[in-house]
Amino acid sequence: MSLTTFEHPLAKYIRPSAKKTANCPGCGNGILAQGILRAIEGLGLALDDFVFVSGIGCAAWIPSPSFFADVLHTTHGRPIAFATGIKAALPHKRVMVVSGDGDLTAIGGNHLIHAARRNIAMTVICVNNGIYGMTGGQVAPTTPLGLTTVTTPFGNAENPFDISELVKGAGASFVARWTTYHPRQMEKTIKKAIQKKGFAFVEVLSQCPVEFGRKTGIGNSVQMLEWYKAKSVTLARAQGMQPEELRDRIVVGEFVDVDKPELIETLAAIRAKAMA
Amino acid sequence: MSNRAVLTGRHFMMGNIACAEGALAAGCRFAAGYPITPATEVAERLAERLPAVGGTFLQMEDEIASIAAVIGAAWGGMKAMTATSGPGISLMLENIGFALGTETPCVIVNVMRGGPTTGIPSVELQGDVIQPRRGSHGDYQIIALAPSSVQESFDYTVEAFNLAERFRTPVFVLSDAFLGHMREEVIVPPAGQIPIAERKRFPAGVDVETLPGFLDEDVAPMPIFGEGHKSHVTSSCHDAYGRRNVIDASALDVFVKKLNDKIVKHRDEIVRVASDLEGAEVALVGYGSVFRCAQAAVEAGRAEGLRLGWFKLGTIWPFPDKEIAEAAARVKRLIVLENNLGQLVHYVQAAAPRCEVRFLPPRVLGELHEIDYILKAVREVHP
Repeated sequence: MSLTTFEHPLAKYIRPSAKKTANCPGCGNGILAQGILRAIEGLGLALDDFVFVSGIGCAAWIPSPSFFADVLHTTHGRPIAFATGIKAALPHKRVMVVSGDGDLTAIGGNHLIHAARRNIAMTVICVNNGIYGMTGGQVAPTTPLGLTTVTTPFGNAENPFDISELVKGAGASFVARWTTYHPRQMEKTIKKAIQKKGFAFVEVLSQCPVEFGRKTGIGNSVQMLEWYKAKSVTLARAQGMQPEELRDRIVVGEFVDVDKPELIETLAAIRAKAMA
Repeated sequence: MSNRAVLTGRHFMMGNIACAEGALAAGCRFAAGYPITPATEVAERLAERLPAVGGTFLQMEDEIASIAAVIGAAWGGMKAMTATSGPGISLMLENIGFALGTETPCVIVNVMRGGPTTGIPSVELQGDVIQPRRGSHGDYQIIALAPSSVQESFDYTVEAFNLAERFRTPVFVLSDAFLGHMREEVIVPPAGQIPIAERKRFPAGVDVETLPGFLDEDVAPMPIFGEGHKSHVTSSCHDAYGRRNVIDASALDVFVKKLNDKIVKHRDEIVRVASDLEGAEVALVGYGSVFRCAQAAVEAGRAEGLRLGWFKLGTIWPFPDKEIAEAAARVKRLIVLENNLGQLVHYVQAAAPRCEVRFLPPRVLGELHEIDYILKAVREVHP
């Protein structure tokens, strides 16, 4: 194969008409997109086995329009609620939601916790860049305390969410967190999440060099990835550390992996009984 | 269709129950909702009945999630609906716009109650009549039907599903607290005798890159999920292939106009009215439960020699302006009865500019128009 005919090994998964990306240079979305597609390929699944759902924001544009599959690009904050109806109508399809921290935990926080509580089978990938990127760097529920943004010009007065803890508390079957510095671990975890029979949530801290890196002074894309590397501590290591030592650290790993009754299966059983 | 879904026979039934039964007869197999007075019986009936006919009911965390789940299920190939009241509709409006923009067939029942705001849950008001037309942001056309009997609660819900399927669009059923809780006779025909429409589907084996699935005035086939069409569905401005274009105003121009024209072009197929203007000089115009008062007043008025007639709007949107104009040409005056402060009366006047149009709210908002009270208003203008 000559270099001129070389095609990216994942190009076959990209919608032919999706010629351009709206992502800024250095965005973490590419790492995320590859992680998802590699996980699907690695499991021997096809994109036609999935319906992808996304909300509004930069992360929502990972599947929409790029993935050559059924994709529903929804209103802001609501992808999980739309996905719930899709899963109910197409129980044999795998439903995956890909959206950002603002979409899933601010405007859409209610849907996130209730879907976790219901334990409906779907994979939710939450791309956490700690800021509203698409609209120009406004404070998010994940922005660190004290950070100056365009809507917190005197510093963020609010505490950030620990999203994975939130979803764990709401009752999800599977909860994990990685950063874009951990593409291989992330890929393995997404594979597990896809196979999980229940609500599976993967939070991925992802660099937004343009809005977050610049404002925090952490720097460009490479510097942000190095920062993730320096700040990350695995769950196993974190369990031996004091709360003081864990302050400002990013605990990564798989936090929850349990089996419990799943909504769509329970509803199918109710239906079978009612139809008998 | 399984007979289990169609309760063929004569029933004494509540309006809200008839609405749920109409949905089941029309083929609705997914419903999502959130408890709200005075619409709750619709959800309760569907929750009880859907599993036995292979369907699903989900009580969601709020009305926003309810309509979102309905739209998701519709893209999964199902006929789907939700039922709520004014406060719930207010929450749903953004996603109803989504359904319009993505051409998603679904049915939204609004059992109207006394508002604004939380108002009085159990008192009727026809306060949400303009809301479906203009409530969601942007320019669009909507379909809204207003049943005025329990039988029509059944019939119009079937019709709402048929119109939703035919035109790939959300359709409103504007019921109200009187009608929803009223009990009357309902005749449910045998399953085979109820006309049922099904959406035009994308051909098998075709993907959305090669065949338009959106923005056709004559309704594009729907590339529903799960069949390998690789559909890209976005409510952001898109072209006929579903490809997002948020850069060109010319793309927006096509997007807005095609969706609009899809309904406008076919308004004659959608609009349904009824009238009895035999020998009438004055016509009472009404819809929903208030129409029943108008009809009763016409009967009583004629008995005492008044030259009265009635005109019923079965369809509220698209507005039956042509039909109103024709009726107005046959009488001297129109009296528009509404249980609100005057919402459709302005559309009636606009449709009949040369006719004298009066507005008649009930004596007390939220109560029925008494017959004596209506006839007193008639005598004031009767030639």
